[in-house]
Amino acid sequence: MSDKTTKKPKAKRPLSPKRKEQSRREFLRSSVLTIGVIGVSLLGIIPVVQGTSIRLRPPGAIKTPFDEQEFFASCIKCGQCVQVCPVNAIKLADLEDGFGIGVPYIDARAQACDFSCDGLQCVLACPTGALTHHLDYPADTRMGFARLARPKACLAVQGKGFKGQARGADYKGLLRYDEVDRWNPILVADHPYDLELCDLCVRQCPIEIRITQCAEKAKQAEASGDSGKVARVAEQHGNECPPKHAIALEPFELPNGETRMKPVIKEGCVGCGVCEMICPVESAAIVIDLDKTADTLGG
Amino acid sequence: MRYIMDSLSQIFGAKPRRPSKEEQPPELLEIYQGKKGKLSKADVEAVRHEHHNTCCNKWQRRRWITLILVNVLFVVSYYFDVQLLEGALTASRFVGFHMADLNSALQVALAYKHIVLNLVIGTVTVFVLWLLLGGRTFCSWVCPYHLLAEWTEYLHLWLVKKKLIKNHTFNRKVRGVFYVIFALLALISGYTVFETISPTGILSRALIYGPGVALIWVGALLLFEVFYSRRAWCRYVCPIGVTYGVVGVLSPLRVKYNAEACHHEGDCRKVCMVPHVLDLTIRGAAFDVNQDVGADCTRCGMCVDVCPTSSLTYEIKGLSKLL
Repeated sequence: MSDKTTKKPKAKRPLSPKRKEQSRREFLRSSVLTIGVIGVSLLGIIPVVQGTSIRLRPPGAIKTPFDEQEFFASCIKCGQCVQVCPVNAIKLADLEDGFGIGVPYIDARAQACDFSCDGLQCVLACPTGALTHHLDYPADTRMGFARLARPKACLAVQGKGFKGQARGADYKGLLRYDEVDRWNPILVADHPYDLELCDLCVRQCPIEIRITQCAEKAKQAEASGDSGKVARVAEQHGNECPPKHAIALEPFELPNGETRMKPVIKEGCVGCGVCEMICPVESAAIVIDLDKTADTLGG
Repeated sequence: MRYIMDSLSQIFGAKPRRPSKEEQPPELLEIYQGKKGKLSKADVEAVRHEHHNTCCNKWQRRRWITLILVNVLFVVSYYFDVQLLEGALTASRFVGFHMADLNSALQVALAYKHIVLNLVIGTVTVFVLWLLLGGRTFCSWVCPYHLLAEWTEYLHLWLVKKKLIKNHTFNRKVRGVFYVIFALLALISGYTVFETISPTGILSRALIYGPGVALIWVGALLLFEVFYSRRAWCRYVCPIGVTYGVVGVLSPLRVKYNAEACHHEGDCRKVCMVPHVLDLTIRGAAFDVNQDVGADCTRCGMCVDVCPTSSLTYEIKGLSKLL
């Protein structure tokens, strides 16, 4: 023991001035590196504070319209939701979203979520519950809320019909048309319309489509006279059938006394963005808001 | 026990401990003594020359292939929708089974302050995987940034050789400081702050989902490494490396050093990304005739490739005893 204690001070010779200067510089460099890297990483808060990163999120995102903090925190930025979406509606945010980098969002005008996966695949794929597992059906979600932002541009309000491809020949967006293919979404450009009065936003609304399907099923069951079938369909009504309407064309009176139709957004709107996507006027007459009524948990 | 403590202190930036003569066994001292005066420069040079003429960078090649294969598997899985390895390096599903990067999961847990079951499953899976495979093995065998940095490192070394630039070192303790700061930032701010600048996540997502603006940051890091400080991100900053390093402390897969044939010429330390772990190859610095390289080692195999006397080899602790 005594041998060791006598040796130790000898090992700790004072550094030569040159070594001292070197280590002083290294310390300074290291401090600058620390401040620099932490500084750069903290720049990510700017888009978050400014709210520029608040966007339409996939179904079930745990957030409120003006506070996405919890969503950013719980998302592990892996993009598994992107991979399962059959219409490729989900994209991952880039560096300009700061702390929101790698977090999924939806640009409804480019490609809305039309629930053609039926089972909310993105929610099922999410490994962290950033897209909450507390919802089972499209009607349970509340991503946003539609609003007729430019009523004067709306073709229905103008009393006009619509003929042709809803978004032009070059539009790459996909929608599922049950009457064409129950399982695979097709290009909107491959599905031209010929409408006397434009009602695309109502006609393509996934919630309205589902309500119609449910009503037809119930009618068929009623007609078959099988009480068991009626009961089963009624049970379905309890869950997978949307309980409330989302959008409808309703009449209104112009100042000159003429009656016209306009889309009216109802309580059951989930904010999926299909109406904004399909609206044939440029820029869309109907848009999705993320206002106070838009709470993704449906509360 | 000494291995664990020394590995941990090295991971958090301490200089490798030098043994006193009392700590070294007599066989080792004999080996060191026996080399005195025997190793002429010309002899060492001859052995080295012969090795570098016949050698083939076997491990480097295997590693590059593995790294590229893993990352390509992610890309192919999504591109052709084969669902083998869905997600990105931060979290994924391997044939449906959850996997979560340990550091990303830690950041999410600190920021979100909830424990998510799927994340626990994924984290435990990955923990066990890297526990068996060596911890920081993730860095050199999987991380896409490592490969880019390795390639640009050649440019850096060439520039240094031409005396066009100088390499600047940092104090390795900053990595521990970064680790604590990023953990605290996630905890306090409630955001996964590190993810914003993590080149591993950015590159993995860019490969799978297409390039973005964030690649500029990765480019800036590479330029910094080429012109200012060799492998700076991996050596001095990245908390992912620290997390996996700690896992690797308990791993049976290590690089083993044998002092007997070693010429102490230091080729291994020149190619190593974390050369402090190879300080034991300096004459007089080993604790034992056979000693395992510390857990900060990325098990990249560069030293195994370059060693002219095969004094550095891969080993699986316990397996050699079994066989």
